[in-house]
Amino acid sequence: MTIGLGHYLTVGAILFTIGIFGIFLNRKNVIIILMSIELILLAVNVNLVAFSAFLGDLVGQVYALLVLTVAAAEAAIGLAILVAYYRNRGSIAVEDINLMKG
Amino acid sequence: MLFPALFFYLFAGVCISAAIMVIAARNPVHSVLFLILAFVNAAALFILLGAEFLAMILIIVYVGAVLVLFLFVVMMLDVDFAELRQGFLQYLPIGAFLGAILLIELVLVLVGWTIGPNAQQMVAAPIPPAASALNAQALGHVLYTRYVYFFQAAGVVLLVAMVGAIVLTLRHKPHVKRQNIAEQIARTKANAIEIVKVRPGQGL
Amino acid sequence: MYHAIVFLPLLGAIIAALIALAGARARHPGGPPGIGAENHAHGPVDESHARAAPAPHGAHAVLDASHSEPEALEPPAAGSRSAELVTTVFLFAAMLLSWLAFADVGFGHHDSRVTLFPWIISGELKVDWALRIDTLTAVMFVVVTTISAFVHLYSIGYMEEDPHRPRFFSYLSLFTFAMLMLVTADNLVQLFFGWEGVGLMSYLLIGFWYHKPEANAAAIKAFIVNRVGDFGFSLGIFAAFMMTGALDLDTVFAQAPALTGKTIHFLSWDVDALTLICLLLFMGAMGKSAQFLLHTWLPDAMEGPTPVSALIHAATMVTAGVFMVARLSPLFDLAPAAQAFVTFIGATTAFFTATIALVQNDIKRIIAYSTCSQLGYMFVAMGTGAYSIGMFHLFTHAFFKALLFLGSGSVIIAMHHEQDIRHMGGLKDKLPLTYWTMVIGTLALTGFPLTAGYFSKDAIIEAAYVSSNPIALYGFGATVIAAALTAFYSWRLIFLTFHGTPHDHHHYDAARESPLVMVLPLGFLAAGSIFAGYPFRELFAGHDVVDFFGDSLKFAAGSHLLEEMHHIPLLIGMAPTVMMAIGFVVAWEFYIRRPELPAELARQQEPLYKFLLNKWYFDEIYDFLIVRPTLWLARALWKYGDGWTIDGLGPDGISARVLDVTRGAVRLQTGYLYHYAFAMLIGVAALITWFMFGARAG
Repeated sequence: MTIGLGHYLTVGAILFTIGIFGIFLNRKNVIIILMSIELILLAVNVNLVAFSAFLGDLVGQVYALLVLTVAAAEAAIGLAILVAYYRNRGSIAVEDINLMKG
Repeated sequence: MLFPALFFYLFAGVCISAAIMVIAARNPVHSVLFLILAFVNAAALFILLGAEFLAMILIIVYVGAVLVLFLFVVMMLDVDFAELRQGFLQYLPIGAFLGAILLIELVLVLVGWTIGPNAQQMVAAPIPPAASALNAQALGHVLYTRYVYFFQAAGVVLLVAMVGAIVLTLRHKPHVKRQNIAEQIARTKANAIEIVKVRPGQGL
Repeated sequence: MYHAIVFLPLLGAIIAALIALAGARARHPGGPPGIGAENHAHGPVDESHARAAPAPHGAHAVLDASHSEPEALEPPAAGSRSAELVTTVFLFAAMLLSWLAFADVGFGHHDSRVTLFPWIISGELKVDWALRIDTLTAVMFVVVTTISAFVHLYSIGYMEEDPHRPRFFSYLSLFTFAMLMLVTADNLVQLFFGWEGVGLMSYLLIGFWYHKPEANAAAIKAFIVNRVGDFGFSLGIFAAFMMTGALDLDTVFAQAPALTGKTIHFLSWDVDALTLICLLLFMGAMGKSAQFLLHTWLPDAMEGPTPVSALIHAATMVTAGVFMVARLSPLFDLAPAAQAFVTFIGATTAFFTATIALVQNDIKRIIAYSTCSQLGYMFVAMGTGAYSIGMFHLFTHAFFKALLFLGSGSVIIAMHHEQDIRHMGGLKDKLPLTYWTMVIGTLALTGFPLTAGYFSKDAIIEAAYVSSNPIALYGFGATVIAAALTAFYSWRLIFLTFHGTPHDHHHYDAARESPLVMVLPLGFLAAGSIFAGYPFRELFAGHDVVDFFGDSLKFAAGSHLLEEMHHIPLLIGMAPTVMMAIGFVVAWEFYIRRPELPAELARQQEPLYKFLLNKWYFDEIYDFLIVRPTLWLARALWKYGDGWTIDGLGPDGISARVLDVTRGAVRLQTGYLYHYAFAMLIGVAALITWFMFGARAG
C-alpha cells in the first residue's frame, strides 16, 4: 500500500509521545530526560520533513536543519549543566534533584 | 510497490522500538546506544522521503557528535545501573490516561484533516524535480539566499553554546602555573621590588 | 450653710486623697519613665520592699485565720496625721452645722431648695444638681454627719497602726459626701448618683485591705449584689420618667395622684404603673439595705475595718433604702400592693436574720445580722404607712448600732484582732468603759424601757398591729418573735464576750482599755442611745409629727395610724417588753447559769443548728442557682461564642484557612523536574482539548 503522509505523521507522533513519557516516567537519572528531549526533537524533524516531502516545499527541510542546529546546541549546554551539577551534588538521580522544593 | 512500504515499516518499527528501549533500558550506556539506533533509522526514513542531505547531516552531526558527546558524559559521570524504581508505577495510571487523551486527539486530527485546497499556492520554495538539482544543491539555493539571516542566527546560537559549555564546566586546576598577562603588565615598582637596608657584613 | 454641710466632707476627702497620692508617690517612686530620675535607683528597692511586706503578712494570715489584720509591717504613710485631723475636723464642723439645720428646719420650718449647678439639659429633660432641704433631710443630716464624725474620731485610734490612713480617711469622707448627696437629692438622678456613690465607697472600704483575698471577694460580692438591686432601681426611675415625663421629685409627686389606675403595658401584661414603679424602686432598697434575698453581702462586708462597718453597714448606707422609701412616700402611699410587699420583706428579714444571728460566732457578724434584722423592722414600719416611725427607728438605731460596732472594734483591738467570741470571756474587768457602753447599746437594741430603742421599736410593733395593710399581722408576729430573738443573741454576745472565764489567756492578759480617742465616741453614742428616744418621741411618733415633718413625708394613712396606736390593748403594748425579758432570761440561763447547755442543744438539734449556722444555706443556694449557671454561661460564651464562632470565623479561622490553602499549594512545588514536566504535559493536554472542543467557532 502506498505510504502516505499519515504514516509518517503517525511515526512522528509516536516518537513524540515516547519522548514525553520518557521525561516524567523515568526515575533513573537526568540523562534520560535529555535523551527524551532529543527524541522529541527527532519527532518534530520527522514531521517537518514529511510535510516538506508531501507538499513539495523545501522550507520544511530548511527548518528541520535549523532545528537540528538548535538541538545540538541545546544538548551541549544541557550536558555541560549536568556535568557542573554532578560535580557539585555528586548525584544525578532524579529523585535527589529537589533543591527547588518549596 | 511493496518494497518502499516494507522498508518504511522496517525502519519505522525499529525506530520506535529503539525509542522505547531508550527509556526502558537499565544501563544508561545502552540507552545512548539505542538512541543512536533510533536516529539512524530516522535518517533512513528521511532518505525514503527524499531528503538525503538532511539524513546524512543527521548521522554525521547528530549521531556522530551530539550522541557521542552523550556517551562521553554518561561514561564520565559513572552513572550506575538503575533498577526500575518503585515510583514508575505510581504515575503509570495517570500517565496512561493522559497518553490516551493525546492519542484520541491525535487520531481525531489525523482522521479529520485534509490538506487545504490552496496549499499548493502557498508553497514557499518548491522542490525542484530530482533531475535538475540534488537535494543538497536545492537546499543551498534556498538557504543562502532567502533564509540567510536564519542561517547566521543558527551560527550565533552554536557559538553561544560553545562558549556557554566552556564557561559552565571549565575548572582551573589549583596548582597549575599559568600566565596572567594582565597581572604581568600591571606590575609596578611598588609591588615588584622591596628595598631592604642591609648592614655590611650582616646578610639578609 | 447647706453648702458647707454637704461639701465640707468632699473637701476633706480631696485633701486626704492628695495626701494619699503624694505618699504613694514617695513610697513607690518608680513611676512613669522620665519622672523622678533621681529616684530611679530607689525604684527597684522599693518594689522589692513592697513585695516583701505582703509575704510575711501572708504568713501572719495563715497563722491566725480569724484575725482581720492591717498591714502592720509597712511604715505609716506620710501625712497620715494631717489627713486624719483635717477630715475629722471638717466632719465635726459639718455635724455642728447639721444640728443647727435640724433645729432650723424642723422647728423653724425653713424648708428650702438650693440649686447648685445645671447637669443634664437634653431636649425636654432638665436635671440640676440641687439640694432639697426639708425635715426628712435634716434628720438624715444629723444621723449621717454625727455618726460619720464620731467614726472619723474613732478611726484615728482604731487605724493607728495602719500604713494607709490617708486613703482610709479620704474614703470615709468621700462616702459621707455621697451619702449627703443622696439625702439632699431633689431629683431621682441625683438620688441615684448618691446611691451609686455610696455603693462605690462601700466597695472601696470593704476592700480597703486589698491584699487580703477575702476582702476583695467580699467587696465584689457587695458591689454585685447591690448592682442587682440597682438594676431594679434604674428600671424604677425609667418607669417613673416614662409615666410622669420628669425626674425631679416635686413634679413626680405632683403627678403621682393622676397616675393611680394607670397601667404599663409590658410584653402581654398590663401592670399597675404605680405599683410597678414602687416595686422596682424597692428592689433597689432591698439590695442597698440587705433585705431578704439580697442580704448575702452584708455579713461578708465585715471584712472591712470596723469603723467602716459602723458607719456604712449600721448607720448610713444601709439606711439609704429606708430613707428612699420615706422620701418617695407620696408614691408608696398610692400603691398599697407595693406597701404590702415592703412589709412582707421587712418582716421576713427581721425574723430570719435574727435566727441566723443566734448561732454566729464572729462578733461583727452577729451585729451585722442584727442590723439586717433592725432594717427589716424599719421596712415593716414603712410598709404600714408609718414612715415617721420608720425614720424614728432609723434615727435611734444609728446610735446604738454604731455604738455596738465601735464597741466590738474596741474589743477586737484589745484582743489583738481576735474576732471569735468563743475565744473571749471575762473582759468586763479589763475593758470597763467598753463593757458599760456596750451594755447600754444592747439595752437600747433590745428595747429596754426608757432607752431610745424602746420608743422606736415598740412604736413599730404597735404600728404593725393596728395597720390595715394585709400583711401587717404577719409583720406584727414576725417582729414580736424577732424581739425575743434579738434579746437572746444580743445578751449572748455580751455574756460570752465580757462575762465568764477567759478562753484565751494570752490575749486576755494583753487586753487594755482603748485610748480616749476611741472611748469618747463610745460614750457619746451611748448617751445618744439613751437620750435619742424620749425627747424625740413626740416629734417622730407622737402628736407633733405632722407639724415636724410637714410636707416631707406623706401622712394619709400615717396620722390615722398614730391615733389608733394609742388605743391598743395593754397586753399587746407590753408584748415586746415581755419578749425582751424572755430573751434575756434564756440567754442568762444558757450562758451564765448553765454554760454547757448551748453545746448540748446544738448537738441534739444538729440539723437545725447547721441550718442556722450556714445562714439558711442562702449562699449555697445562690451559688448553685445563679453563680454557677452564670459562670457556665459566661465560659460557654467565651469559649464557644467568642472563641470558636467569632474567632473561628474571623481572624483565627481565616488565618488557619490561609495556612491550609498554602500548605496544599506548597505540595505542588516538589522540586522534582519530572513533576513539573508532568504538570506541563497536563496543561498541554488540557489546552489542546480546549482548542479542539471548546473553541469550536474558532
